[in-house]
Amino acid sequence: MKWSTNSAWLEQGPESDVVLSCRARLARNIAGFPFVARASDNQRAEIFNLSRQVLRQLDLGQDLLWFDLREAAANELMLLLVERHLISRHHAEMDLPRAVAITPDERVSIMVNEEDHLRMQFLAPGLQFEHALLEINRIDDKVESRLDFAFSSRWGYLTACPTNVGTGIRFSTMLHLPGLKLAKDIDRVRRAAKDMHLAVRGYYGEGSDSAGDFYQISNQITLGASEADILDAFSAKILPQIIAYERKAREVLVSKRSTYLDDRIFRAVGVLQSARIIDVKEAMKLLSRIRLGVCLGRLPDFELATINQLFLRIQPAHLRMMSPTPLRDEELSIARAAFIRKTLG
Amino acid sequence: MKCDHCDKAAVVHEVTVKNGEKSEVHLCKEHAAAAGIAVPTDQPVNQLLTQLVLSGKTRSGAKAASPTCPSCGLTFARFRQSGTLGCPGCYDAFGRQLAGLIERAQCGATHHTGKTPRRAGGSIDRQRLIHRLVRELDEAVAAEQYERAAKLRDQLTCLERDDAPGPAESAG
Repeated sequence: MKWSTNSAWLEQGPESDVVLSCRARLARNIAGFPFVARASDNQRAEIFNLSRQVLRQLDLGQDLLWFDLREAAANELMLLLVERHLISRHHAEMDLPRAVAITPDERVSIMVNEEDHLRMQFLAPGLQFEHALLEINRIDDKVESRLDFAFSSRWGYLTACPTNVGTGIRFSTMLHLPGLKLAKDIDRVRRAAKDMHLAVRGYYGEGSDSAGDFYQISNQITLGASEADILDAFSAKILPQIIAYERKAREVLVSKRSTYLDDRIFRAVGVLQSARIIDVKEAMKLLSRIRLGVCLGRLPDFELATINQLFLRIQPAHLRMMSPTPLRDEELSIARAAFIRKTLG
Repeated sequence: MKCDHCDKAAVVHEVTVKNGEKSEVHLCKEHAAAAGIAVPTDQPVNQLLTQLVLSGKTRSGAKAASPTCPSCGLTFARFRQSGTLGCPGCYDAFGRQLAGLIERAQCGATHHTGKTPRRAGGSIDRQRLIHRLVRELDEAVAAEQYERAAKLRDQLTCLERDDAPGPAESAG
Protein backbone atom coordinates (compact mmCIF):
# COMPACT_ATOMS: atom_id res chain seq x y z
CA MET A 1 0.00 0.00 0.00
CA LYS A 2 1.24 3.48 -0.85
CA TRP A 3 1.06 5.41 2.36
CA SER A 4 2.15 8.59 0.65
CA THR A 5 -1.29 8.87 -0.93
CA ASN A 6 -3.85 10.88 0.94
CA SER A 7 -6.82 9.26 2.61
CA ALA A 8 -9.92 9.64 0.43
CA TRP A 9 -12.09 10.17 3.47
CA LEU A 10 -10.20 13.34 4.36
CA GLU A 11 -11.08 15.05 1.10
CA GLN A 12 -13.71 17.74 1.06
CA GLY A 13 -17.28 16.45 1.41
CA PRO A 14 -20.78 17.73 2.17
CA GLU A 15 -20.89 20.07 5.19
CA SER A 16 -17.14 19.70 5.51
CA ASP A 17 -16.71 23.10 7.13
CA VAL A 18 -17.94 21.32 10.28
CA VAL A 19 -18.00 17.60 9.44
CA LEU A 20 -14.60 16.03 8.82
CA SER A 21 -15.81 12.51 8.13
CA CYS A 22 -18.56 10.00 8.81
CA ARG A 23 -18.47 6.27 9.36
CA ALA A 24 -20.85 3.33 9.38
CA ARG A 25 -19.59 0.20 11.16
CA LEU A 26 -21.12 -3.25 11.49
CA ALA A 27 -20.26 -5.84 14.14
CA ARG A 28 -20.67 -9.44 12.93
CA ASN A 29 -19.77 -12.89 14.23
CA ILE A 30 -19.51 -16.11 12.29
CA ALA A 31 -22.05 -18.73 13.38
CA GLY A 32 -20.66 -21.84 15.03
CA PHE A 33 -17.75 -20.19 16.84
CA PRO A 34 -17.40 -18.62 20.30
CA PHE A 35 -16.76 -14.88 20.38
CA VAL A 36 -13.10 -13.88 20.07
CA ALA A 37 -12.31 -13.51 23.77
CA ARG A 38 -13.66 -17.00 24.57
CA ALA A 39 -12.40 -18.80 21.46
CA SER A 40 -9.45 -21.19 21.63
CA ASP A 41 -6.27 -20.44 19.70
CA ASN A 42 -7.32 -22.99 17.08
CA GLN A 43 -10.75 -21.43 16.72
CA ARG A 44 -9.26 -17.95 16.40
CA ALA A 45 -6.92 -19.25 13.72
CA GLU A 46 -9.88 -20.85 11.97
CA ILE A 47 -11.87 -17.59 12.06
CA PHE A 48 -8.80 -15.79 10.76
CA ASN A 49 -8.36 -18.25 7.85
CA LEU A 50 -12.03 -18.39 7.01
CA SER A 51 -12.27 -14.61 6.94
CA ARG A 52 -9.18 -14.32 4.76
CA GLN A 53 -10.58 -16.83 2.31
CA VAL A 54 -13.93 -15.05 2.09
CA LEU A 55 -12.56 -11.51 1.97
CA ARG A 56 -10.05 -12.43 -0.73
CA GLN A 57 -12.89 -13.52 -2.97
CA LEU A 58 -14.97 -10.45 -2.27
CA ASP A 59 -15.61 -8.28 -5.33
CA LEU A 60 -15.76 -4.70 -4.13
CA GLY A 61 -14.69 -3.18 -7.42
CA GLN A 62 -11.23 -2.54 -6.02
CA ASP A 63 -8.55 -4.52 -4.21
CA LEU A 64 -8.93 -5.49 -0.61
CA LEU A 65 -5.49 -5.55 0.94
CA TRP A 66 -4.94 -8.03 3.74
CA PHE A 67 -2.65 -7.16 6.67
CA ASP A 68 -1.77 -9.93 9.08
CA LEU A 69 -1.24 -7.91 12.25
CA ARG A 70 0.88 -10.57 13.89
CA GLU A 71 3.37 -10.12 11.08
CA ALA A 72 2.92 -6.40 10.68
CA ALA A 73 6.47 -5.39 11.17
CA ALA A 74 5.13 -4.72 14.08
CA ASN A 75 4.17 -1.78 15.96
CA GLU A 76 4.96 0.94 13.49
CA LEU A 77 2.48 -0.23 10.85
CA MET A 78 -0.17 -0.89 13.46
CA LEU A 79 0.21 2.55 14.97
CA LEU A 80 -0.08 3.99 11.49
CA LEU A 81 -3.33 2.09 10.97
CA VAL A 82 -4.62 3.32 14.33
CA GLU A 83 -3.77 6.91 13.46
CA ARG A 84 -5.62 6.50 10.18
CA HIS A 85 -8.68 5.17 12.03
CA LEU A 86 -8.46 1.89 10.09
CA ILE A 87 -8.07 -0.30 13.16
CA SER A 88 -8.87 0.38 16.81
CA ARG A 89 -6.20 0.79 19.44
CA HIS A 90 -7.69 -2.28 21.11
CA HIS A 91 -7.14 -4.29 17.93
CA ALA A 92 -3.53 -3.11 17.69
CA GLU A 93 -2.80 -4.08 21.27
CA MET A 94 -4.36 -7.57 21.25
CA ASP A 95 -2.12 -10.59 21.20
CA LEU A 96 -3.83 -13.17 19.00
CA PRO A 97 -4.28 -14.03 15.30
CA ARG A 98 -5.90 -10.94 13.81
CA ALA A 99 -5.91 -8.99 10.62
CA VAL A 100 -7.38 -6.05 8.78
CA ALA A 101 -8.51 -5.86 5.16
CA ILE A 102 -8.42 -2.39 3.64
CA THR A 103 -9.27 -0.94 0.23
CA PRO A 104 -6.50 1.25 -1.25
CA ASP A 105 -8.68 4.36 -0.87
CA GLU A 106 -9.06 3.45 2.82
CA ARG A 107 -12.83 3.92 2.75
CA VAL A 108 -13.40 0.26 3.60
CA SER A 109 -11.69 -1.51 6.44
CA ILE A 110 -12.61 -4.88 7.92
CA MET A 111 -11.03 -5.86 11.22
CA VAL A 112 -10.82 -9.60 11.82
CA ASN A 113 -10.77 -10.96 15.39
CA GLU A 114 -11.29 -7.69 17.20
CA GLU A 115 -13.95 -7.81 19.92
CA ASP A 116 -16.22 -9.42 17.31
CA HIS A 117 -15.07 -11.72 14.52
CA LEU A 118 -15.66 -9.00 11.93
CA ARG A 119 -15.90 -5.26 12.36
CA MET A 120 -16.61 -3.76 8.95
CA GLN A 121 -16.51 -0.01 8.40
CA PHE A 122 -17.07 2.44 5.58
CA LEU A 123 -15.58 5.90 5.95
CA ALA A 124 -16.63 8.89 3.86
CA PRO A 125 -15.59 12.55 3.84
CA GLY A 126 -18.06 15.11 5.18
CA LEU A 127 -21.62 14.24 6.06
CA GLN A 128 -22.89 11.45 3.80
CA PHE A 129 -24.20 8.79 6.11
CA GLU A 130 -26.76 7.46 3.64
CA HIS A 131 -23.93 6.68 1.24
CA ALA A 132 -21.91 5.08 4.05
CA LEU A 133 -24.90 2.95 5.11
CA LEU A 134 -25.60 1.80 1.56
CA GLU A 135 -21.97 0.89 1.02
CA ILE A 136 -21.51 -1.01 4.27
CA ASN A 137 -24.78 -2.82 3.67
CA ARG A 138 -23.59 -3.83 0.20
CA ILE A 139 -20.37 -5.19 1.70
CA ASP A 140 -22.31 -6.98 4.43
CA ASP A 141 -24.54 -8.64 1.81
CA LYS A 142 -21.50 -9.85 -0.09
CA VAL A 143 -19.80 -11.26 3.00
CA GLU A 144 -23.06 -12.77 4.17
CA SER A 145 -23.54 -14.61 0.90
CA ARG A 146 -20.43 -16.64 1.85
CA LEU A 147 -20.58 -16.77 5.63
CA ASP A 148 -23.35 -17.53 8.12
CA PHE A 149 -23.53 -14.90 10.81
CA ALA A 150 -24.71 -15.55 14.36
CA PHE A 151 -28.27 -14.24 14.41
CA SER A 152 -31.37 -14.70 16.52
CA SER A 153 -34.88 -13.68 15.63
CA ARG A 154 -35.28 -11.83 18.90
CA TRP A 155 -31.89 -10.23 19.40
CA GLY A 156 -30.78 -9.82 15.80
CA TYR A 157 -27.05 -10.03 15.05
CA LEU A 158 -25.37 -11.49 18.13
CA THR A 159 -22.32 -9.59 19.35
CA ALA A 160 -19.75 -10.17 22.06
CA CYS A 161 -20.93 -7.11 23.95
CA PRO A 162 -24.71 -6.87 24.33
CA THR A 163 -24.52 -3.11 23.83
CA ASN A 164 -23.95 -3.79 20.11
CA VAL A 165 -26.62 -6.45 19.67
CA GLY A 166 -29.42 -6.14 17.12
CA THR A 167 -28.29 -4.28 14.05
CA GLY A 168 -24.67 -4.23 15.25
CA ILE A 169 -24.45 -0.84 13.60
CA ARG A 170 -22.54 2.15 14.83
CA PHE A 171 -22.67 5.47 13.01
CA SER A 172 -20.08 7.99 14.02
CA THR A 173 -18.95 11.34 12.78
CA MET A 174 -15.95 13.51 13.44
CA LEU A 175 -17.03 17.10 13.96
CA HIS A 176 -14.81 20.17 14.07
CA LEU A 177 -16.32 22.51 16.66
CA PRO A 178 -13.85 25.36 17.33
CA GLY A 179 -16.65 27.96 17.36
CA LEU A 180 -18.61 26.20 20.08
CA LYS A 181 -15.41 25.57 22.01
CA LEU A 182 -14.53 29.27 21.95
CA ALA A 183 -18.08 30.17 22.91
CA LYS A 184 -17.78 27.64 25.76
CA ASP A 185 -20.90 25.94 24.45
CA ILE A 186 -19.54 22.42 24.09
CA ASP A 187 -21.37 21.30 27.21
CA ARG A 188 -24.64 22.12 25.46
CA VAL A 189 -23.68 19.71 22.71
CA ARG A 190 -22.72 17.07 25.24
CA ARG A 191 -26.03 17.43 27.04
CA ALA A 192 -28.05 17.34 23.82
CA ALA A 193 -26.11 14.28 22.68
CA LYS A 194 -26.64 12.54 26.00
CA ASP A 195 -30.38 13.22 25.86
CA MET A 196 -30.42 11.58 22.45
CA HIS A 197 -28.43 8.56 23.73
CA LEU A 198 -25.38 9.45 21.71
CA ALA A 199 -21.76 9.09 22.82
CA VAL A 200 -19.31 12.01 22.54
CA ARG A 201 -15.60 11.23 22.35
CA GLY A 202 -12.37 12.96 21.36
CA TYR A 203 -10.26 12.81 18.20
CA TYR A 204 -8.56 9.56 19.13
CA GLY A 205 -11.76 7.78 20.19
CA GLU A 206 -12.58 6.25 23.52
CA GLY A 207 -11.05 7.99 26.50
CA SER A 208 -9.36 10.72 24.43
CA ASP A 209 -9.73 14.47 24.75
CA SER A 210 -10.90 16.91 22.13
CA ALA A 211 -7.52 17.44 20.42
CA GLY A 212 -7.83 19.95 17.59
CA ASP A 213 -11.41 20.77 18.70
CA PHE A 214 -12.60 17.53 17.12
CA TYR A 215 -15.44 15.55 18.64
CA GLN A 216 -16.64 12.11 17.60
CA ILE A 217 -20.35 11.54 18.05
CA SER A 218 -21.93 8.10 17.68
CA ASN A 219 -25.18 6.27 18.34
CA GLN A 220 -25.44 3.92 21.30
CA ILE A 221 -28.78 2.31 20.53
CA THR A 222 -28.43 -0.65 18.17
CA LEU A 223 -31.61 -2.60 18.91
CA GLY A 224 -35.31 -2.05 18.34
CA ALA A 225 -35.10 0.09 15.22
CA SER A 226 -34.04 -0.52 11.64
CA GLU A 227 -30.63 0.66 10.48
CA ALA A 228 -32.29 3.45 8.51
CA ASP A 229 -34.34 4.58 11.53
CA ILE A 230 -31.26 4.58 13.76
CA LEU A 231 -29.51 6.70 11.17
CA ASP A 232 -32.50 9.00 10.83
CA ALA A 233 -32.67 9.64 14.58
CA PHE A 234 -28.96 10.39 14.54
CA SER A 235 -28.26 12.29 11.37
CA ALA A 236 -31.58 13.91 10.59
CA LYS A 237 -32.32 15.19 14.07
CA ILE A 238 -29.35 16.05 16.19
CA LEU A 239 -26.51 16.53 13.73
CA PRO A 240 -28.10 19.38 11.75
CA GLN A 241 -28.68 21.17 15.06
CA ILE A 242 -25.06 20.81 16.14
CA ILE A 243 -23.84 21.94 12.73
CA ALA A 244 -26.17 24.94 12.89
CA TYR A 245 -24.96 25.82 16.43
CA GLU A 246 -21.36 25.66 15.29
CA ARG A 247 -22.00 27.87 12.25
CA LYS A 248 -23.90 30.34 14.40
CA ALA A 249 -21.00 30.46 16.87
CA ARG A 250 -18.63 31.13 13.97
CA GLU A 251 -20.89 33.90 12.63
CA VAL A 252 -20.90 35.56 16.04
CA LEU A 253 -17.11 35.42 16.11
CA VAL A 254 -16.89 37.01 12.67
CA SER A 255 -19.42 39.73 13.40
CA LYS A 256 -18.54 40.59 16.99
CA ARG A 257 -14.97 39.47 17.61
CA SER A 258 -13.33 39.58 14.22
CA THR A 259 -10.03 41.12 15.40
CA TYR A 260 -9.75 38.52 18.15
CA LEU A 261 -10.60 35.79 15.66
CA ASP A 262 -8.06 36.97 13.07
CA ASP A 263 -5.43 37.35 15.75
CA ARG A 264 -5.86 33.72 16.73
CA ILE A 265 -5.86 32.52 13.12
CA PHE A 266 -2.86 34.52 11.90
CA ARG A 267 -0.82 33.86 15.03
CA ALA A 268 -1.42 30.16 14.42
CA VAL A 269 -0.18 30.54 10.84
CA GLY A 270 2.83 32.48 12.09
CA VAL A 271 3.80 29.90 14.67
CA LEU A 272 3.28 26.90 12.40
CA GLN A 273 5.23 28.52 9.54
CA SER A 274 8.11 29.35 11.87
CA ALA A 275 8.33 26.78 14.65
CA ARG A 276 11.33 24.45 14.76
CA ILE A 277 10.03 22.18 17.51
CA ILE A 278 6.36 21.44 18.12
CA ASP A 279 4.50 18.70 19.97
CA VAL A 280 1.37 17.10 18.57
CA LYS A 281 -0.97 18.77 21.04
CA GLU A 282 0.15 22.30 20.20
CA ALA A 283 0.23 21.52 16.49
CA MET A 284 -3.35 20.24 16.55
CA LYS A 285 -4.52 23.23 18.55
CA LEU A 286 -2.99 25.65 16.03
CA LEU A 287 -4.11 23.63 13.00
CA SER A 288 -7.64 23.81 14.37
CA ARG A 289 -7.42 27.62 14.22
CA ILE A 290 -6.10 27.47 10.67
CA ARG A 291 -8.89 25.10 9.67
CA LEU A 292 -11.40 27.57 11.12
CA GLY A 293 -9.70 30.38 9.18
CA VAL A 294 -9.90 28.42 5.93
CA CYS A 295 -13.60 27.62 6.46
CA LEU A 296 -14.34 31.29 7.16
CA GLY A 297 -12.50 32.43 4.02
CA ARG A 298 -9.78 34.17 6.08
CA LEU A 299 -6.98 32.09 4.53
CA PRO A 300 -7.66 31.78 0.79
CA ASP A 301 -4.17 30.41 0.09
CA PHE A 302 -4.76 27.18 2.03
CA GLU A 303 -6.81 24.21 0.86
CA LEU A 304 -9.16 22.57 3.36
CA ALA A 305 -8.13 19.07 2.24
CA THR A 306 -4.45 19.92 2.86
CA ILE A 307 -5.21 21.02 6.41
CA ASN A 308 -7.36 17.92 6.98
CA GLN A 309 -4.50 15.69 5.86
CA LEU A 310 -2.06 17.57 8.09
CA PHE A 311 -4.00 16.56 11.22
CA LEU A 312 -3.25 12.98 10.28
CA ARG A 313 0.26 13.31 8.97
CA ILE A 314 1.72 15.06 11.99
CA GLN A 315 0.92 12.05 14.19
CA PRO A 316 3.99 10.08 15.41
CA ALA A 317 3.66 6.94 13.27
CA HIS A 318 3.10 9.05 10.15
CA LEU A 319 6.18 11.16 10.78
CA ARG A 320 8.20 8.00 11.36
CA MET A 321 6.87 6.46 8.16
CA MET A 322 7.80 9.57 6.13
CA SER A 323 11.27 9.91 7.61
CA PRO A 324 14.17 8.31 5.70
CA THR A 325 15.91 7.60 9.01
CA PRO A 326 14.52 6.22 12.28
CA LEU A 327 13.26 8.99 14.56
CA ARG A 328 13.82 9.03 18.29
CA ASP A 329 11.01 10.43 20.42
CA GLU A 330 12.71 13.78 20.91
CA GLU A 331 13.28 14.09 17.15
CA LEU A 332 9.57 13.75 16.39
CA SER A 333 8.77 17.33 17.38
CA ILE A 334 11.52 18.61 15.10
CA ALA A 335 10.32 16.47 12.18
CA ARG A 336 6.74 17.59 12.83
CA ALA A 337 7.66 21.28 12.78
CA ALA A 338 9.66 20.81 9.58
CA PHE A 339 6.86 18.93 7.84
CA ILE A 340 4.29 21.58 8.76
CA ARG A 341 6.56 24.41 7.59
CA LYS A 342 7.08 22.64 4.29
CA THR A 343 3.36 21.98 3.80
CA LEU A 344 2.20 25.47 4.75
CA GLY A 345 4.93 27.10 2.69
CA MET B 1 -13.86 9.76 46.27
CA LYS B 2 -10.76 8.80 48.24
CA CYS B 3 -9.19 5.37 48.57
CA ASP B 4 -10.14 3.46 51.73
CA HIS B 5 -6.45 3.05 52.62
CA CYS B 6 -4.84 6.36 51.60
CA ASP B 7 -5.59 9.89 50.37
CA LYS B 8 -5.33 9.11 46.67
CA ALA B 9 -8.37 9.17 44.41
CA ALA B 10 -10.14 5.82 44.26
CA VAL B 11 -10.32 4.29 40.78
CA VAL B 12 -11.93 0.97 41.75
CA HIS B 13 -15.34 0.99 43.37
CA GLU B 14 -16.89 -2.28 44.42
CA VAL B 15 -20.36 -2.59 45.85
CA THR B 16 -21.32 -5.95 47.27
CA VAL B 17 -24.74 -6.96 48.50
CA LYS B 18 -24.64 -10.02 50.73
CA ASN B 19 -27.61 -11.26 52.72
CA GLY B 20 -29.32 -7.98 51.96
CA GLU B 21 -26.44 -5.92 53.41
CA LYS B 22 -24.50 -3.55 51.21
CA SER B 23 -20.77 -3.00 51.64
CA GLU B 24 -18.55 -0.71 49.58
CA VAL B 25 -14.85 -0.79 48.79
CA HIS B 26 -13.03 2.13 47.17
CA LEU B 27 -9.39 1.71 46.18
CA CYS B 28 -6.72 3.75 44.43
CA LYS B 29 -4.77 2.17 41.57
CA GLU B 30 -1.94 0.98 43.81
CA HIS B 31 -4.12 -0.51 46.54
CA ALA B 32 -6.34 -2.10 43.92
CA ALA B 33 -3.27 -3.74 42.39
CA ALA B 34 -2.14 -4.85 45.85
CA ALA B 35 -5.54 -6.44 46.35
CA GLY B 36 -5.14 -8.28 43.08
CA ILE B 37 -7.75 -6.25 41.19
CA ALA B 38 -6.85 -5.33 37.63
CA VAL B 39 -7.50 -1.67 36.90
CA PRO B 40 -9.07 -1.27 33.46
CA THR B 41 -7.13 1.53 31.83
CA ASP B 42 -8.12 1.24 28.22
CA GLN B 43 -11.28 -0.74 28.40
CA PRO B 44 -13.68 -0.31 25.50
CA VAL B 45 -16.44 2.03 26.56
CA ASN B 46 -19.17 -0.42 25.62
CA GLN B 47 -17.81 -2.87 28.17
CA LEU B 48 -17.76 -0.16 30.80
CA LEU B 49 -21.33 0.66 29.87
CA THR B 50 -22.32 -2.96 30.23
CA GLN B 51 -20.70 -3.10 33.64
CA LEU B 52 -22.41 0.11 34.65
CA VAL B 53 -25.80 -1.21 33.66
CA LEU B 54 -25.02 -4.50 35.35
CA SER B 55 -23.97 -2.85 38.57
CA GLY B 56 -27.51 -1.52 38.89
CA LYS B 57 -28.65 -5.11 38.76
CA THR B 58 -26.50 -6.27 41.66
CA ARG B 59 -29.22 -6.12 44.28
CA SER B 60 -31.62 -8.44 42.51
CA GLY B 61 -29.15 -10.60 40.62
CA ALA B 62 -26.30 -11.19 43.03
CA LYS B 63 -27.80 -13.87 45.18
CA ALA B 64 -29.00 -16.17 42.41
CA ALA B 65 -26.65 -19.02 41.54
CA SER B 66 -24.66 -17.91 38.54
CA PRO B 67 -26.00 -19.61 35.41
CA THR B 68 -23.53 -21.20 33.03
CA CYS B 69 -23.67 -21.25 29.25
CA PRO B 70 -23.76 -24.91 28.13
CA SER B 71 -22.11 -24.03 24.82
CA CYS B 72 -18.99 -22.22 26.01
CA GLY B 73 -18.94 -22.68 29.79
CA LEU B 74 -19.00 -18.96 30.60
CA THR B 75 -20.75 -18.13 33.86
CA PHE B 76 -22.98 -15.12 34.19
CA ALA B 77 -20.76 -13.91 37.05
CA ARG B 78 -17.78 -13.95 34.71
CA PHE B 79 -19.74 -12.01 32.12
CA ARG B 80 -20.51 -9.43 34.78
CA GLN B 81 -16.80 -8.92 35.32
CA SER B 82 -15.80 -8.64 31.69
CA GLY B 83 -18.91 -7.21 30.01
CA THR B 84 -18.30 -9.62 27.15
CA LEU B 85 -20.31 -12.74 26.36
CA GLY B 86 -18.61 -16.00 25.43
CA CYS B 87 -20.58 -17.19 22.43
CA PRO B 88 -23.89 -16.74 20.59
CA GLY B 89 -25.37 -19.45 22.85
CA CYS B 90 -24.91 -17.15 25.88
CA TYR B 91 -27.87 -15.12 24.65
CA ASP B 92 -30.10 -18.17 25.25
CA ALA B 93 -28.33 -19.37 28.37
CA PHE B 94 -28.55 -15.97 30.09
CA GLY B 95 -31.75 -14.92 28.34
CA ARG B 96 -33.64 -13.93 31.46
CA GLN B 97 -30.78 -11.96 33.00
CA LEU B 98 -29.75 -10.37 29.73
CA ALA B 99 -33.26 -9.26 28.79
CA GLY B 100 -33.39 -6.62 31.54
CA LEU B 101 -29.83 -5.54 30.96
CA ILE B 102 -30.28 -5.13 27.23
CA GLU B 103 -33.59 -3.36 27.66
CA ARG B 104 -31.96 -0.78 29.92
CA ALA B 105 -28.88 -0.33 27.75
CA GLN B 106 -31.00 -0.09 24.60
CA CYS B 107 -33.54 2.42 25.90
CA GLY B 108 -36.37 -0.03 26.36
CA ALA B 109 -35.90 -1.94 23.10
CA THR B 110 -36.59 -5.65 23.49
CA HIS B 111 -36.52 -6.99 19.93
CA HIS B 112 -34.55 -6.69 16.77
CA THR B 113 -36.41 -4.99 13.94
CA GLY B 114 -33.53 -4.34 11.57
CA LYS B 115 -31.82 -6.26 8.83
CA THR B 116 -32.19 -10.04 8.65
CA PRO B 117 -29.64 -12.29 6.98
CA ARG B 118 -30.78 -13.39 3.54
CA ARG B 119 -29.83 -16.95 4.36
CA ALA B 120 -32.26 -16.96 7.27
CA GLY B 121 -34.96 -16.84 4.57
CA GLY B 122 -38.45 -15.87 5.63
CA SER B 123 -37.26 -14.94 9.06
CA ILE B 124 -38.23 -11.32 8.53
CA ASP B 125 -41.89 -12.35 8.69
CA ARG B 126 -41.35 -14.50 11.75
CA GLN B 127 -39.42 -11.77 13.44
CA ARG B 128 -42.16 -9.24 12.76
CA LEU B 129 -44.68 -11.74 14.02
CA ILE B 130 -42.75 -12.12 17.26
CA HIS B 131 -42.63 -8.38 17.63
CA ARG B 132 -46.37 -8.09 17.15
CA LEU B 133 -47.06 -10.95 19.56
CA VAL B 134 -44.95 -9.31 22.25
CA ARG B 135 -46.92 -6.11 21.87
CA GLU B 136 -50.20 -8.02 22.01
CA LEU B 137 -49.00 -9.90 25.07
CA ASP B 138 -48.17 -6.64 26.84
CA GLU B 139 -51.61 -5.28 25.98
CA ALA B 140 -53.31 -8.47 27.18
CA VAL B 141 -51.47 -8.37 30.50
CA ALA B 142 -52.24 -4.68 30.94
CA ALA B 143 -55.93 -5.42 30.27
CA GLU B 144 -55.77 -8.38 32.67
CA GLN B 145 -56.80 -10.78 29.89
CA TYR B 146 -54.75 -13.61 31.32
CA GLU B 147 -56.21 -16.41 29.24
CA ARG B 148 -55.37 -14.57 26.05
CA ALA B 149 -51.95 -13.67 27.46
CA ALA B 150 -51.21 -17.34 28.18
CA LYS B 151 -52.05 -18.31 24.60
CA LEU B 152 -49.90 -15.52 23.22
CA ARG B 153 -47.01 -16.56 25.44
CA ASP B 154 -47.28 -20.15 24.20
CA GLN B 155 -47.19 -18.94 20.62
CA LEU B 156 -44.16 -16.80 21.36
CA THR B 157 -42.36 -19.72 22.98
CA CYS B 158 -43.02 -21.83 19.89
CA LEU B 159 -41.74 -19.13 17.58
CA GLU B 160 -38.63 -18.46 19.62
CA ARG B 161 -37.81 -22.18 19.63
CA ASP B 162 -37.80 -21.91 15.84
CA ASP B 163 -40.77 -24.23 15.92
CA ALA B 164 -42.95 -21.71 14.23
CA PRO B 165 -46.64 -22.35 13.69
CA GLY B 166 -48.10 -20.83 10.54
CA PRO B 167 -49.04 -17.17 10.64
CA ALA B 168 -52.75 -18.00 10.55
CA GLU B 169 -52.46 -19.96 13.80
CA SER B 170 -50.40 -17.30 15.46
CA ALA B 171 -52.62 -14.38 14.71
CA GLY B 172 -55.18 -15.39 17.34
